[in-house]
Amino acid sequence: MKSYIIQLAASRILPVTIVLSLLVFYRGHNDPGGGFIGGLMAASGFIFYAMAFSTKQAQKKLKVSPLSLIAAGLSIATLSTLPALFAGNPFFTGKWISINLVFSGTLKLGTPLLFDLGVYLTVWGILLIIIFNIMDE
Amino acid sequence: MILPALPILIPLISLILLLITFNRRQWQPWIGLGGALLQLAAAVYLLVLVKNEGILVLHSGNWQAPFGITLVIDAFSAFMLVLAGIIVVSISLYSIDAVDRQRQSYFYFPMVQGLLMGVNGAFITGDIFNLYVWFEVMLTASFVLITLGGEKKQLSGAVKYVSLNLVSSLFFLAGIGLLYGKTGTLNMADLALKLSMAENNILMNSSAVLFFVAFSIKAAVFPFFFWLPASYHTPPIAITALFAGLLTKVGVYSMIRIYTLFFVQDKLFWHPLFLWIGGFTMVVGVLTAASQYDMRKILSFHIISQIGYMIMGLGIFTVAGIAGAIFYMAHNIIAKTNTFLVAGLINRVTGSYDLKAIGGLYKIRPWLAILFIIPAFGLAGIPPLSGFFGKLILISAGFSAGEYVISFVALAVGLFTLFSMVKIWNEAFWKPRPEGIPAFSGEKEKLPFTKVLPVAILGLLTLTMGFAVKPILDFAMEAAAQLIDPSAYIHAVLGTENLIHQ
Repeated sequence: MKSYIIQLAASRILPVTIVLSLLVFYRGHNDPGGGFIGGLMAASGFIFYAMAFSTKQAQKKLKVSPLSLIAAGLSIATLSTLPALFAGNPFFTGKWISINLVFSGTLKLGTPLLFDLGVYLTVWGILLIIIFNIMDE
Repeated sequence: MILPALPILIPLISLILLLITFNRRQWQPWIGLGGALLQLAAAVYLLVLVKNEGILVLHSGNWQAPFGITLVIDAFSAFMLVLAGIIVVSISLYSIDAVDRQRQSYFYFPMVQGLLMGVNGAFITGDIFNLYVWFEVMLTASFVLITLGGEKKQLSGAVKYVSLNLVSSLFFLAGIGLLYGKTGTLNMADLALKLSMAENNILMNSSAVLFFVAFSIKAAVFPFFFWLPASYHTPPIAITALFAGLLTKVGVYSMIRIYTLFFVQDKLFWHPLFLWIGGFTMVVGVLTAASQYDMRKILSFHIISQIGYMIMGLGIFTVAGIAGAIFYMAHNIIAKTNTFLVAGLINRVTGSYDLKAIGGLYKIRPWLAILFIIPAFGLAGIPPLSGFFGKLILISAGFSAGEYVISFVALAVGLFTLFSMVKIWNEAFWKPRPEGIPAFSGEKEKLPFTKVLPVAILGLLTLTMGFAVKPILDFAMEAAAQLIDPSAYIHAVLGTENLIHQ
C-alpha cells in the first residue's frame, strides 16, 4: 500500500522530527527531554519514512547504517567519561566549558551533554535496527 | 582514578571495536580474544592491587557515597573478575571454530563482550540498583546469545530462559523498591550501616525474601532450577559453556554478597534455610542427572547440584565455610566450563552428544580421554584435583560448625557425582563402539588447535588448583574474612568522617 499523500507527508515530516529531536535533546539537561527521548524522536521520523516508502529507501535516506550510529554513540559516550581523568577527577566526573555567544548569553557545553549525545545516537540506531528488521520479516 | 572501572570499560571498548569492524568477519574473533585477554590482565592487576593495598573504591562522577554509584573491588570481587576473565578468554578462543560463521557474523563476539561487561559490572558495583542494571546488561546479552541462530529447539529453550529470568528481575526490582522505601538508600555499604542500627530489623525480611527468590532463580537453586536444564543444552556448546561458567555464579556471588553484607540480622531463620536449600539443590541436581543420557543434560543438572555446595558454604556462615564456597566457586567455574568444552570436542569427533550413540573413543582419541578425565574427576572430587579440596574445605567447615547432616549429604552427593562422571567415561570412552556405526563423522579429522588449547589450559588450571591449594585458599580466607566482618568494606566506601556523622 503506497499512498502519495503519506509519502509526501513522510518526506516533509522527516526533517522536522530531526530538528525537534535535536531541540529536545539539547534542553534535556535542565528540562524534560534528553538523549533517550531525542533518539526515539529521530528514529520515529525514519520509521515513518520507511512505512511510507520502504526500509531500503529509509536506509538510503539515512546514508550511514544504523549499526554505525550505535558504534558512534557508544564511542562518544565512552569518550565522554575520560576528560575528567586529565583533570585528576574520578572517571565520569562532569566537566564543563562555557562559550560566550555574541547574541544570546553563554552556551554551556560539557561531558554530560556529550554522554547524552552518545545515548541519542545509540537509541536512534538500535531502534532503527529493530524496527527495520521487523518490517523486513 | 579509573582502575576499578577497567573491568567495565575494556569489554565496552572491545564491543565498540567489534561493532566498527562488523563487516570484517575474520577480524572479529581476534578482537574479541584481544579484549578478553586485556580484561584478564586488568583483573589480575586489580587482584594484586587489592591484595597489597586493600579494598579499591571509585566514586564515579565524583559523587561521594552514598549518593553516587560506587564501584567497590574487594578481595572477593577481584577473585571473581579473574575467573570471569579466564572463562571468557577460553571461550573466545574456543568459539573461533566452535561457533558457525552465520552466528559469528550476527553479533556473537560483541555479545560475548556485552555479557562480560554485565558480569564484571555485577561483581564490582557497590550499589544495589546498579547491581540490577548490570544483571539486565548481562541478561540482555545472554538473551541474544541463547537465541542466536534461531533454531526451533533453541527458541523453545530460550522462551523458558527469558521468561523465568524476567520474573526473577521483577522480584529483584520489587525487593530493591521495598528496601529503598524502608531505608532511603541504595548504596550497599550505607544499607549495611543503616540496617545494623535499625531497630525493627524483622521488617527487612520482606525484601530479603524477594532478593532470595530473585537470586535463587538466577543461580538455579532448588526449587527454582527448572529453567536451566530446559534451556542450557539448546545453544551451541561454546555458549552453553560460557553460561554454565558465569551466569549462575553471578547469582551465587550476589547472594553471598548481600547475605553477608546487609541481610545479616535474622541469622536463626536464614542460615538453616540456606543449609536446607543447599542440601536439596545438591541432591535433586545429582539424582536427576543420573537418569540422563545427553551429555549436555547430565552436565547441566550437575551445575545445579554444585550450586548447592556454594549455598551450603553460605549457610555454614563461618570464615572457613565462606572461604570454602569461594574456593569451590573458583574450582567449579573452571572445571564446569571445561567439561562442556570437552563435550564439544567429543561432539566434534563423533557428531553426537547422546551417550548411547557413541563409544570406544579411548581407542581412537586417548588424549581426549585425558582432557576429559581432569575436569570430570575434578568435579567428582577425586584427589589431587581441585574439586577434592573444595569439598574437603566445605565439609570440614561443616563439621567444625556442627552441621553434620549437610556435611554427610555433601559427602554422599560427591559419590553420585562420581557416578555420573564415570557413566560418561564408560559410555563415551570405554564401552565398545555401538553397533551399526562404522565410523564417526569427525573421526578422520584432526581436532582444531583453537579448540584443544583452551581445554588444555583449563585442565591445567584444575590441576594447578589442586597442587597449589594453599595460596588460593589463603586468598579465599582473606576474602571470606572481609565478607564476614564487613566493617572494612563499609569504612572503605563511606570513609571514616561519614561514619562519625551517622
